[in-house]
Amino acid sequence: MQPLAIDAAHLARRYGRRWAVADVSFQLARGAVMMVAGRNGSGKTTLLRILSTAIRPDIGRAAVLGHDLIRGREEIRRETALLAHYSYLYESLTSRQNLEIVGRFCGAAPAETTSALERVGLAERANDPVSTFSAGMRKRLSFARVLLQKPVLAFLDEPFGQLDPQGFQLVEQVVAELKRGGATVVIATHQVDRVAGFADVHLNLEQGRMIA
Amino acid sequence: MITALRKEFLLQWRTRAQAVAVFVFGATALLLFSFAIGPNSAALRQHAAGFLWLGLLLSSTLTLSETFHAEMENHALEGLLLLPVSPRALYYGKAVANAIQLIALGIALVPVMVVLYDAGTTRLPTLLLIIVLGSAGISAPGTLYSAMTSQARAKQTLLPLLLFPLIVPVLLASVKSTSLVILGDPMSQATSWLLLLLAFNGIYWSLCGLLFDRVVED
Repeated sequence: MQPLAIDAAHLARRYGRRWAVADVSFQLARGAVMMVAGRNGSGKTTLLRILSTAIRPDIGRAAVLGHDLIRGREEIRRETALLAHYSYLYESLTSRQNLEIVGRFCGAAPAETTSALERVGLAERANDPVSTFSAGMRKRLSFARVLLQKPVLAFLDEPFGQLDPQGFQLVEQVVAELKRGGATVVIATHQVDRVAGFADVHLNLEQGRMIA
Repeated sequence: MITALRKEFLLQWRTRAQAVAVFVFGATALLLFSFAIGPNSAALRQHAAGFLWLGLLLSSTLTLSETFHAEMENHALEGLLLLPVSPRALYYGKAVANAIQLIALGIALVPVMVVLYDAGTTRLPTLLLIIVLGSAGISAPGTLYSAMTSQARAKQTLLPLLLFPLIVPVLLASVKSTSLVILGDPMSQATSWLLLLLAFNGIYWSLCGLLFDRVVED
């Protein structure tokens, strides 16, 4: 049997009285690319945040890369990366300094910081503070952050948002590279047509629930 | 923890203008306290230790309330927590960086105190030790409470409200021992106050480190 990257059972999370994710169960094989689609507020981001251990589910359980979502949080974080809505960047620091912080925590060599910056096309702006960056450049830098983590499982939340056409190509290339390297990729997106071509599995959400 | 500490120093260096502003605030507070006493050099000298620590305490709330500002800007703290790093290491990195900042501020305020209150002492190593322990005793719970209040709208008000009652023993021991260093210590009481400071530091630094991940994790 093929090992699973994600084995989720009845995951649910609510904010106040509203269930953002309700009774979501699925299995995802390692090395697959999964697209999570749905309208605004359908629960895509919450689902990715649960699976990446940013937040806890209120109900349900899941095994991510064989580790329990709650008890194995540290192990999951060692092997996963999340490209979130938030950039996770320090405004006052340069792009290189931001990546160096991530690199040091992940045990990456200093040269890898440079190559990650080159990979996302920000090598020339390596010493500029993030506060001077456009939204698209911040997104690219967040992408470099994910690359530096060398994830076995990558969660990409709206990876195409704020990017230019070259940025779209960059995302597609990186996803293809991650897949070739054996990584599993979960993409939450509105750009269904763009992702449907290379996604192996589709998961559609509506008001937090899975739909066929 | 070293990586976390380096990150804090980097962030503090980028906002070093704020450190100058905090020192000016502390020095101004000491000046205003001297106005309250008037031109009575004996009274000024007697109250110098209390005023020094009040100045440092008031200044510390400015520093501590901004501790998590950069972390909250783009949810950078969440980004760090999702890396393979212990929340405890993040806490100790931040708390040590805050303590060093407060120690530097305390040392910088001593000459201001000497000039304004005529409160000089030759026991500088002991005074330095008191500043180190007192600042550490403020920084450990201050960093934890700063994390707790960082997302609150009234964090500038909430932080002192929560912090000040908790650090009364540290403040009392710091003021008493500093006063003994300045005014003389014929009964050798300073050691007892220093031991009390040390004990509270032990409690705060261990307990706050244990509680930090409960404060920042979902």
